[in-house]
Amino acid sequence: MSMEFQDGDVIDGVHYHQYDVVIVGAGGAGMRAAIEAAPKARTAVITKLYPTRSHTGAAQGGMAAALANVEEDSWEWHTFDTVKGGDYLVDQDAAEILAKEAIDAVLDLENMGLPFNRTPEGRIDQRRFGGHTRDHGKAPVRRACYAADRTGHMILQTLFQNCVKLGVEFYNEYYALDLVMTKVKGVDRPSAVVAYELATGEIHVFQAKSIVFATGGFGKIYKTTSNAHTLTGDGVGIVWRKGLPLEDMEFFQFHPTGLAGLGILLTEGARGEGAILRNASGERFMERYAPTIKDLAPRDIVSRCMVQEVAEGRGAGPHKDYVLLDCTHLGAEVLETKLPDITEFARTYLGVDPVYEPVPVMPTAHYAMGGIPTNVKAEVLRDNDTIVPGLYAAGECACVSVHGSNRLGTNSLLDINVFGKRAGNNAVEYAESASFVPLPDDPAKGVRELVERLRTSDGSERIGALRKELQDEMDRNAQVFRTDESLARVTETIHSLRERYQNIGIQDRGRRFNTDLLEAIELGFLLDLAEVVVFSARNRKESRGGHMRDDYPDRDDATYMKHTMAYLTGDPHSADAADHITLDWKPVVVTNYQPMERKY
Amino acid sequence: MADNPSVEAGLSAFTVTLIIRRFDPETMDEPVWKDYDVELYPTDRVLDALHKIKWEQDGSLTFRRSCAHGICGSDAMRINGRNRLACKTLIKDLDITQPIYVEAIKGLPLEKDLVVDMEPFFASYREIQPFLIADAKPKDGKERIQSVAQREIFDDTTKCILCAACTSSCPVFWTDGQYFGPAAIVNAHRFIFDSRDEAAKVRLDILNDKEGVWRCRTTFNCTEACPRGIQVTQAIAEVKNAILAGKPAIPAGV
Ligand SMILES: Cc1cc2nc3c(=O)[nH]c(=O)nc-3n(C[C@H](O)[C@H](O)[C@H](O)COP(=O)(O)OP(=O)(O)OC[C@H]3O[C@@H](n4cnc5c(N)ncnc54)[C@H](O)[C@@H]3O)c2cc1C
Ligand code: SF4
Ligand code: FES
Repeated sequence: MSMEFQDGDVIDGVHYHQYDVVIVGAGGAGMRAAIEAAPKARTAVITKLYPTRSHTGAAQGGMAAALANVEEDSWEWHTFDTVKGGDYLVDQDAAEILAKEAIDAVLDLENMGLPFNRTPEGRIDQRRFGGHTRDHGKAPVRRACYAADRTGHMILQTLFQNCVKLGVEFYNEYYALDLVMTKVKGVDRPSAVVAYELATGEIHVFQAKSIVFATGGFGKIYKTTSNAHTLTGDGVGIVWRKGLPLEDMEFFQFHPTGLAGLGILLTEGARGEGAILRNASGERFMERYAPTIKDLAPRDIVSRCMVQEVAEGRGAGPHKDYVLLDCTHLGAEVLETKLPDITEFARTYLGVDPVYEPVPVMPTAHYAMGGIPTNVKAEVLRDNDTIVPGLYAAGECACVSVHGSNRLGTNSLLDINVFGKRAGNNAVEYAESASFVPLPDDPAKGVRELVERLRTSDGSERIGALRKELQDEMDRNAQVFRTDESLARVTETIHSLRERYQNIGIQDRGRRFNTDLLEAIELGFLLDLAEVVVFSARNRKESRGGHMRDDYPDRDDATYMKHTMAYLTGDPHSADAADHITLDWKPVVVTNYQPMERKY
Repeated sequence: MADNPSVEAGLSAFTVTLIIRRFDPETMDEPVWKDYDVELYPTDRVLDALHKIKWEQDGSLTFRRSCAHGICGSDAMRINGRNRLACKTLIKDLDITQPIYVEAIKGLPLEKDLVVDMEPFFASYREIQPFLIADAKPKDGKERIQSVAQREIFDDTTKCILCAACTSSCPVFWTDGQYFGPAAIVNAHRFIFDSRDEAAKVRLDILNDKEGVWRCRTTFNCTEACPRGIQVTQAIAEVKNAILAGKPAIPAGV
């Protein structure tokens, strides 16, 4: 049996909508998809934040593309750097597409109006960034296209402006909470997205032929993070709960230069412009670890070196618990014109003026390399090879995998544009030939029950307290360095937090703008995802990219040069994660580059 | 929160009273002011204080926020009578011998506690055609050429995060909700002065309207309120001049 309705119907208090394409998320990836889809198919964008509040706007340093505007460069070098930077866990066919299509992606944005910084000739200017090199590692190369240190802000604004121009239909402050699957001939097919409207507390079902997830990352599983409060991995969590796999979740990137104690990011572009990391004695310690490219080594390496400097007693400050980012030699002019925002962050939040003093920094949880597995067409995979027709994912929530085990700086703004565009186009193409998958009876049931249970919950556990315990524990035991022992400890904590979560109580009983309720739901996603991250991390007994195991310090290509695929296969509340998570492997696509030792 | 290194270096926590204008549309007819005592460090932000209240005392306290470092524009509010971002206002920069008053921004319909309906604000923004209008495509299929000097002219107004701190601090906007308001003019400026744009005239005509730039009485509230340091009043003045004298030409070769 299936449900009948007309677009715009309200049945039993639930709103029903019908679109060819529904995009969940209005960050860079979602809006880039919308710009392709909206002119060609009836498209809706569902977003829990006003589009311009999305965290793409926080990105600072730049977007990579081998334009060769300021020095010789080629997309092939870019591909190589991406593969090597990802410690050979990158799917090389995907990296090649990323690097090739980068050039048009940047030009598209310029043509849409993005005010890039310019060279004296009036072309798009480019700066250096970590891990991006000339001719396979010979020297740093200027590849990052940028707009001061607010490149992400300008991308987000430009994409939003073009969505306004095209009249894209946004459902702002609508929280997607479920993906509806309908069994058709024995196969689960996506048929709709169910969303909760913040302003009214009403539930909306969006039936669609194509559904694109572009919901961003989940840095809020950690305490110290550059990520927004709202980056709680909802989209990844929704897909996970449907029994679809998640790929490479153990790989989380810790960006070297977060403001100490706060996690607010200072772009790698600062080091691209010449800033230097120093320990307490003023030593430029990266010279010891990466003699060729020093401070511009990839992030996983720099973060580890920083933690090691501190662990070995060479940290700065009263507690010797951070290192210093020295920008003083760059001069006020460079700081004010090329790095104005981060200069202000240091002044505002630490009371430190980078023009005169070095800035206290430590690694901050920054980017999820893992996520919803897709192929290069942004189609979501249900296993190693089979796609889920009509379901797409792009941006930080997806894992293509172009970043492997460690993303290079400036490759994410690129990723969201290249694969956001691909997702939009392919979603339209699919919608043109497909028909709607019928809705099951009462498709809103799951969300209605979840919302009502939480809205009236009066248990003794507080959301804020549980979330803090999770984040503290993840920082302590699943951060830059991990061991089986530390991960075992987090596993236990997460298990007990998941049990306590069943007994939470919220205080806001209202229907309008009930953010108390939504924070409770978001915490549910965080707990689910943290469990997958840690479970996957315990299973990978090697060190690669962002995943550094103190007990297995070497990369082990023979056993582990493959992607992790995690599946929810049992009762999610069973005590032992092993009772409900099943891990499998997926081969890495290798085309031109055989794994080598990673030296810089 | 005490996460800040300078805090660990010896500053200690103290109790601050926040007085917040609460409004629940489902149970109240009028907003009421409510007091909360919170333990804070001088380097905490007002946003940290709001979170402490929400997470530890009263989960129903409602406000928008996301990035927590002044870049997403979610949390403009009136703090001690001035429009600011809660995430960019440090406790030590306020007079802590007095309670801190927090209320929603003015001039937009109040929804709940510190949340207002932003739709009228975005409607004005959309009206000024906030997107590059340029038919001419670069001949070599690459980027349009723009000199460093040409880009510099509108650099300031590209920083806008659409937080509405300016518009909702403007006395003209309070009395006349039809006025486009500073934020819309700032975003029009961003395109009017972009050498690549071909539709300056269209936008200048829109802003020459009776609800346009001429309503601005140069009170500078907007400039003081802008958390991005944009010279809002100056941008409005430049738009006024352009209406009178046309879009200035900036030579490409500078
Ligand atoms: C501080 C910082 C600096 C960075 N700098 C750079 C850089 O210089 N270069 C670079 O390449 N990368 C950078 N990155 C990484 C890059 O910015 C992000 O990975 C990228 O912008 C993510 O884009 P996205 O579109 O996938 O997600 P986001 O921009 O995070 O957007 C997510 C969207 O999903 C929506 N959403 C989430 N959950 C739901 C739900 N349940 N229902 C409905 N909607 C939902 C949100 O409303 C939002 O619109 C930086 C990241 C940070 C944090
Ligand atoms: S001009 Fe400033 S105050 Fe006004 S909306 Fe933009 S950023 Fe906010
Ligand atoms: S929370 Fe983003 S600007 Fe304050």
